[in-house]
Amino acid sequence: MEVAFILEKLILVVIVFVITLVIAMYSTLAERKVAGFMQDRYGPNRAGIGGILQPLCDGGKFFFKEEIIPAGAHKVLFVLGPVLAIVTACISSAIIPWGQSLNINGREISLQVADVNIGVLYIFGVIALGVYGIMLGGWASNNKFSLLGAIRAASQSISYEIAMGLALISLLMVTGTLQLGDIVRQQSGFVNWNIWVQPLGFLIFMTCAFAECNRVPFDLPECETELVGGYHTEYSSMKLGLYMFSEYINMFVSSALMASLYFGGYNFPFMDQLDLSQNWITIIGVIVFFLKIFGFIFFFMWVRWTLPRFRYDQLMHLGWKILIPLAITNIVLTGVITLIKDSYLQ
Amino acid sequence: MQSLTNRKKVIEQKPMNIWERMYLPAIAKGLSITLRHFFKKNNTIQYPEEVRPYSKNFRGRHSLKRDEQGRERCTACGLCALSCPAEAITMVAAERKKGEEHLYREEKYAAVYEINMLRCIFCGLCEEACPKEAIYLDGPHVTAEYVRKDFIYGKDKLLEPRFDITKLNEKE
Repeated sequence: MEVAFILEKLILVVIVFVITLVIAMYSTLAERKVAGFMQDRYGPNRAGIGGILQPLCDGGKFFFKEEIIPAGAHKVLFVLGPVLAIVTACISSAIIPWGQSLNINGREISLQVADVNIGVLYIFGVIALGVYGIMLGGWASNNKFSLLGAIRAASQSISYEIAMGLALISLLMVTGTLQLGDIVRQQSGFVNWNIWVQPLGFLIFMTCAFAECNRVPFDLPECETELVGGYHTEYSSMKLGLYMFSEYINMFVSSALMASLYFGGYNFPFMDQLDLSQNWITIIGVIVFFLKIFGFIFFFMWVRWTLPRFRYDQLMHLGWKILIPLAITNIVLTGVITLIKDSYLQ
Repeated sequence: MQSLTNRKKVIEQKPMNIWERMYLPAIAKGLSITLRHFFKKNNTIQYPEEVRPYSKNFRGRHSLKRDEQGRERCTACGLCALSCPAEAITMVAAERKKGEEHLYREEKYAAVYEINMLRCIFCGLCEEACPKEAIYLDGPHVTAEYVRKDFIYGKDKLLEPRFDITKLNEKE
């Protein structure tokens, strides 16, 4: 381990962290703007030009709110809940390849914090940890509504993690590697994107991503229009803010995941035909990757302001009786097609 | 049952076919509708900067008028107060002193003239009752206040500002 390597990774980590937080922050504004436009109104436009300072105002307001820890709450776990939620939301961005490598003074700098060889498994580990933030928060607040909300959230996450994992297995059968960097590298150009070979897998993965992020139509844990408030009923001040923030970070990270797993990550059409240096290709790649991410974030919001919420039994029905069998069918289909391709179409 | 009009329609609920049960076409349709609204022009009026135009005969806040020489028209006869169905108007009359002829048109004037905007129903009977054409409901609507007593408008708020009649004619 040389010092330069550590320094380089540290800078990258800080940049990724800042970008994640800023994008999550402005997603809150974007969400309200999108909601406004879709309902034929403007959305917030008073704070700054076009409402550009609105997230800062919201954040500032959260800081000045009274901090309430309910009597009978388990203090340590009560504080740990939102912390865990936001930490797990943030650390999954570590293995996402943001771009190819930059060449500065003959030194290759990879734009991926850690290209671990168990990348996809790491994602699953982190996603599974995310449930703890919600579960602990709900349980520690000593309130039956919070506990009920947390149980709803936990059972939803666990149910949809299975289908998500199964959908990814068929993707892994195609790519043959768990390393996220390799998965993206394989999808260079346009025709190699995994969406063309795994459309059904993508549909299942995306549905599950919606459920894992607790977004409409799967926002039953929060359910702000009909419940008391879900698992964060007892939370106030910035602790509530952290829960909300972690939802937006989750949305950003899962958009990045969907873009890199199925939509080619930083790859864009005709990237090999362009007569540009490696650095320029990388920079354009990063921009393209972020455009894809923003596209997915917009889709998240678009769906939120279109679809109504599922009923709880419908949610379970979709997860267990439709998505899981579909994902298994997809695995079998992928296996059969791969076998046929390998043995007869060489 | 026999239909009295021939507009009756019997609706048959068929079980959904596989395409409908997938819900994906329906979701796509819904998404296209919301996307269409995303690009639609919206009709919001940005209130403080932009005001919805009042109709020509809108009855808003009262104003006490002045004559061509800038003198108050009101002679404190009390007909407006008498005609007011909501009893929103009160006034205290006073006699015009010598040397005040440039201020008040008649020999009697209203020293205090108050309208309670919380009582007022903006019916316009005061302006119909006025023999001196001194009161008109030609202002904008009454704005919000923090306390009730601020809704009692005195002469400071009601009286029309002085204007130069010659310049007014020039503008037209």
